[in-house]
Amino acid sequence: MNGLAFLSPALLWGLVALPALWLILRAIPPAPLRRRFPAVVLLLGLADRDHSADRTPWWLLMLRALAIAAVIVGFAGPVLNPVASARLSAPLLVVMDAGWADARDWPTAQRTALDAVAEAGRMGQPVAVIRLTDAPSTPVFQSAEAWAGQVAAMVPSALNPADFAAWAAVLPQTGFDSLWIADGLDHPDRTLLLTALQAMGRVEVVQSTEPLFALRPAGLKDGDIKITVARPTAAAPAEVVVIARGPDPSGIPRDLARLPVPFDAGATESSATLSLPPELRNRITQFSILGQTSAGAVHLTDDSLKRRKVAIVSGASDAEALQLLSPTHYLMQAVAPIADMINGDLTDILVAKPDVIILADVAKLTESDALLEWVDQGGLLIRFAGPRMAASDLANDPMLPVPLRAGGKIAGGAMSWGDPKSLAPFGDTSPFAGLTIADDVTVSEQVLAEPGPDLSSATLAALSDGTPLVTRRAVGAGQIVLFHVTANAEWSNLPLSGLFVQMLERLTLSSGTSSNESLAGIWTADKILSGFGAVQDGTAQAGVTGADVAAALATGPNRALPAGIYAQETRRVAVNVIGPDTKIAPMVWPNGTNLRSTDAPRAQNLMGPFLAAALLFLAVDILAALWVSGRLSALVLIAACVLFAPEVKADDQMAIRATAGVVLAYVLTGDAKVDEIAKAGLIGLGERLTARTSIEPDAPMGINLETDELAFFPFLYWPITADAPLPSAAVFAKLNRFLRTGGMIMFDTRDGDFGGTTPEQQALQRIASGLDIPPLEPVPPDHVLTRSFYLINDFPGRATGGTTWVEVSTGAEIAADTPMPFRSQNDGVTPVIIGGNDWAAAWAVDDQGVPMFPVGRGRAGEDQREYAYRFGINVIMHVLTGNYKSDQVHVPALLDRLGK
Amino acid sequence: MTADLRAQTLAAALPALLAEAEHLAASLMLGAHGRRRAGHGDEFWQYRPAMAGDAAGSIDWRRSARSDAHFVIEREWQAAQTVSLWVDPSQSMTYSGHSSRAPKGDRAQILALALAVLLLRGGERVGLIGGGMPRAGRSHVQTILAEMAADAAQDYGVPQADSFTASGRAVYLSDFLGPLEPLQQAMAQAADRGLRGIVLQILDPSEEDFPFQGRVIFESMAGSLRHETQSAADLRARYLDRLAERKAQLKQMCQSMGWLYTLHHTDQSAMIPLHWAYRALEGA
Repeated sequence: MNGLAFLSPALLWGLVALPALWLILRAIPPAPLRRRFPAVVLLLGLADRDHSADRTPWWLLMLRALAIAAVIVGFAGPVLNPVASARLSAPLLVVMDAGWADARDWPTAQRTALDAVAEAGRMGQPVAVIRLTDAPSTPVFQSAEAWAGQVAAMVPSALNPADFAAWAAVLPQTGFDSLWIADGLDHPDRTLLLTALQAMGRVEVVQSTEPLFALRPAGLKDGDIKITVARPTAAAPAEVVVIARGPDPSGIPRDLARLPVPFDAGATESSATLSLPPELRNRITQFSILGQTSAGAVHLTDDSLKRRKVAIVSGASDAEALQLLSPTHYLMQAVAPIADMINGDLTDILVAKPDVIILADVAKLTESDALLEWVDQGGLLIRFAGPRMAASDLANDPMLPVPLRAGGKIAGGAMSWGDPKSLAPFGDTSPFAGLTIADDVTVSEQVLAEPGPDLSSATLAALSDGTPLVTRRAVGAGQIVLFHVTANAEWSNLPLSGLFVQMLERLTLSSGTSSNESLAGIWTADKILSGFGAVQDGTAQAGVTGADVAAALATGPNRALPAGIYAQETRRVAVNVIGPDTKIAPMVWPNGTNLRSTDAPRAQNLMGPFLAAALLFLAVDILAALWVSGRLSALVLIAACVLFAPEVKADDQMAIRATAGVVLAYVLTGDAKVDEIAKAGLIGLGERLTARTSIEPDAPMGINLETDELAFFPFLYWPITADAPLPSAAVFAKLNRFLRTGGMIMFDTRDGDFGGTTPEQQALQRIASGLDIPPLEPVPPDHVLTRSFYLINDFPGRATGGTTWVEVSTGAEIAADTPMPFRSQNDGVTPVIIGGNDWAAAWAVDDQGVPMFPVGRGRAGEDQREYAYRFGINVIMHVLTGNYKSDQVHVPALLDRLGK
Repeated sequence: MTADLRAQTLAAALPALLAEAEHLAASLMLGAHGRRRAGHGDEFWQYRPAMAGDAAGSIDWRRSARSDAHFVIEREWQAAQTVSLWVDPSQSMTYSGHSSRAPKGDRAQILALALAVLLLRGGERVGLIGGGMPRAGRSHVQTILAEMAADAAQDYGVPQADSFTASGRAVYLSDFLGPLEPLQQAMAQAADRGLRGIVLQILDPSEEDFPFQGRVIFESMAGSLRHETQSAADLRARYLDRLAERKAQLKQMCQSMGWLYTLHHTDQSAMIPLHWAYRALEGA
C-alpha cells in the first residue's frame, strides 16, 4: 500500500518543458535599476569590464525551475500511501463504539470516521454514523456533508457500548457497507451486531493500537489505599502513574499523591498500595491514570474511602461496671470497624476536631460553648439518653434537639401496664427511610420530648405509639441528634440489633455500604464524568432513585445514570465506569473479519504541500531577484529578521524598567477600562507624589500575574472585577511570597462599600481565600496610615465612607502567641489594604493632567479628591517607610514623662 | 507642480531654514567682528598717552584725572567688508543619498544663511551673487533668504562673476560636480578685481562611497546625463579615482588663486564648515 501515485500522471509531461524554460530564463537579464545620481558626470565614459553580470545567476534559475517543477508535480496530484480500497458501491454506515475506551484515542477515531465520511462523499454515497453508546435507533442515511459537521462534534460517553442486539434489530434492511471504529475491548454480544452488519454488506473494522489502562475502584486495605489498574492485553512490562487529586486546605484542587503502578510482562492487572495520613486521604476526590484521557482511567471517590474521626464520651465512670453494661460498649463495637476512634475527655477531643462526637448519657455539658461552636462548624453530635439525663432538668438545654421532660417513661416494666413498644416504620423524609425494622426491637424505657409544634419535624424515628425515639436539630452547618434511649441494652434492645449499626451508618458515621437498603431515597447528581474523564457539574441532571444507583453500582453507569458523584444530604456515592469486576479483555474478532488498525499509514494528498513549496520558491525568488538587482535594501532584510526573530529579552527590559526607580504597579484584570483607570490613577498619584514628597515614581506598570515577576514592586494596586478569574496555584505561591517579603497589595472592589455582598466582593473573597492574608481590622484611628505623611482620618476615593481594612495592629486584643509572621518581617507594614472606595478613579488623570472622573459634588467633591490623594500618598509613604511614623504615637507619653 | 507653487512651498520652508541657520550661528558664540587694531569704530580699544597734535576734545578727562598724564581713547578699527555668497541653486544640489539626510542644497543654504547672519551681526555687508546689492544690517538676511528660494533648472550650477564688488570676499557653496572651466573663469575674474574667497564643496556621503551594485542606469538630477552599467560595484574604484582627481583639481585651482578650499559631507555637523568659513573670512 505504501508508495507514491499520481491522480493525473499525464501532467508530468510538463516537466519536459523545464530545460527550454531554463534557456529562456537564462537569456533574459535582470531588469536594470534607475537611479538619480548627480555624480554621474564622473562615470561618463567608464566601460564595464565584465559582462557576465547581466545573466541571471544559476541559483536563481534553479529556484525558478524548482518552483515550476513543484507546480507541475503538484497539479499532477501526488498521493502518498494511496489506498487501494474497492470503490464504495453502497451506502456507508460508520459504527463508532464511542465509549470510555475510545476516549483515549478519540481524535484518531474521529479522524478515521471523518475520512470515511469524506470518502463516501467523494463517491457520492449516502452515509450514516451511529454511536453504540446512544439509545438504539434506526440509522438515517444522509449526504456526507450533513454528517461531516456532526462527526466533528461527536464526543465519547463515559459508558460501555451496549445494546448490541437492539442495534442489530434496528438496522435498515437495505444493503450497505460498514466501517466499525471499535475500541478494541470485548463487550458482550458484540458479534451479534457484527453478524447483522455482515449480512448487509462488507464490514471493515478499525481499532486503535494505543495502550489502554483502566482504573478499578480504590479500596481500603489495612488503612492503606489499594489501587488496581487493569489493561486488556498482557503485553510488555509497563508502568502507569496514578494520581490522587483533591482540594488543598484553601480549596484549590491539587495532586495529593502519585503512585507508580508497574505491570509485569504478561500481567493484565496490577495493584499498588498508597499510604496516606487520614487528613490527606479524606481529601481525595478522585484517582486518575496519568496520560489516559478516558473516563475509565478516572475513579471518583465517595464516602467509602473516608474514615471519619469519631469520639465517644460517656457520662458514667464505668471503671467498675461490667463491660456489657458499659454505656459505650455497643457504640464502640458498632463504630470501630467503620471509623477512627478518638478517646479522651471532651476538651482534648475538641482540639482533635473529630467529625462525630457521641455522648452516651451525658447530662451536664461543661464545654457547652465550645461544643456548640464545633457543631456550628459542621460537627455531628449524637447523644444518647440514660438515667442521668432522665434525672436532669433539660427543658432549656441548647445541646439537645428538643426540650426534654424531666423524668422518663417506662413501658412494660414491672410496675407499668403497657408492653414494651416497638418501632414505627420510618418516614420517607427520615434518613433512616428504607431500613428494615426487625420485629423484636423493643423499647421499654425512654426520655420524653416536650410536645411542641416543631417536634414532628424534628423526629427521625418514632415508636409505634408515635413517641419520638430519635430527634434531630440542625445547628449551623452541623446537627445534633438525640437517641431517646440508652446506648446499651438497659432501656431497649435496639443497640443489640443490626438496625442500630445501620442507623449509625445512615447518620453518616460511614456510608461505605452500597446495599439497596442503605441507598434508598432520591439521589441527585453532584458531579458528572465526561467520556474524557473530566469532572463536570451535574446539578442539571434529574434525580435518581436509590435502586437505580444500586443497579449502576453493580453493573456500571448507563445512559439514564451517567458516571459521577451522587449526593443525598451529606452522603456521597460515586458511580464509576469501571467496577471491581468489570471485564476488560481484548476483542477477539471472528476469523475473516476485515480488520485494520488506525495507525496504518493514511493516504495523503501531497498536492497542497507541493503547491505551497512552489509558492515558497516564488516568494524566495522575489527576494532573491530584488537582491540581485540591488533593490533589496538592508532595511527590508532587517525588517524580515525582526519579524521572524523570536522575542527575547522582553523580561530583562521589563526588569530594568521596573527597577530603574520606584514603580507603582497595578494588576491587569483583562478589563481594558479598569486597567486604563488603574494606570491613569497611578499616574495621577505619581504626579502628586512627585510634586509633594521626595518619592518620585516612574510611570506605573501593568502586571500580568501569570507571567511577570512581582519582586520588583513595592506596591500592587489590584482592582477587582466581578468576573476576575481565580489565579493558578503558581500565582498564589508568587503572591504569597510577594506579601511575605514586604510587598503590599491594595485590593479595591470599586463598589463603594465593603460588606461582602456585591459580585466584586465575592470575587475578592474567592481570590483572597488562596492568599496568606493575616487577621484584618478596620483601620484604627491611630493607625500609622493616618499619619505617615498627612494627618487624615478618612480614606475616601471616588466613593466615601466604605470601611477600609488593614492587618490587625499590635494591640492588647491579639494574644502574644498568635503567629503573625508579617509584623516581625515587614516592619509593621500591613501586607494588604482592602476597601472599595474606587481610589484609582479618584486619582486618575488624563494626558493633560486633568482628572478623568468627577468626584462628589462641587467644592466638597474637590476636597474629597484631595483627601483621596492624601490617602494615596500616605499609603505609598507607609509602604516605603514602614512604621517609623508610628513612633510618634508615643510622643505624648514621652513628653508627659519628660514633664515629670 | 508649477513654478509658482514650487516657490511657495519652498518659501514656506524658508523660515525654518532661517531658524536653523540662526541657531547654528548662535552656537558659534562670537562677539562683534572687530579688526583687532585701532581705528574708526564704536568699540573701546585702548588708552594711549596724548601726543602733540591730538585734539583737546579727544582727551578722555576721566581717565586723565587719575594720573598726571593725559590720555586719549582709541577705538577699534571697524571696517565693513563686503561678502558675496554663491549658493549653487542647480538640480544636482537637490540630491540626497538617504532619506535621513537633507539634500546638499539645504545644507548649503543653511551654511550660507548662518554665515550671513554672523557676518551681518558683525556689521559686514553681505549679498548673494545673482541677487541684489550687498547690504549691511541684520534685516538684510531676509532678503538673502528670499533670493535663495529661486531654483535653477539646469543640472550643474555655474557661478557668475560679473556682480562681484571690488576688494570683498566671496564664498562659493556647491558640490562642484559640473564643469570646472566656468568656475575657473569666475575665480580668475574675481582675482582680477582683487577679490579673494573660499570654496566650500558639499558632497553627499553616497557620492563619496559609491555604494551601488548590480545593473544600474545612473541619471543626473535633471536627466540630461545618463550612464548605464551592468555592474555598478565594478565601477567603484574608477569612480573614486575620478572623484579624488576632481577634488585635487579644485584644491589646486584654489591654491593658485589664493582661495581657501574645504570639503564638507552632509552627514557631518554643519558647525565644522561654518566655523572654518567664519575664521577663513576673518583671517582672509
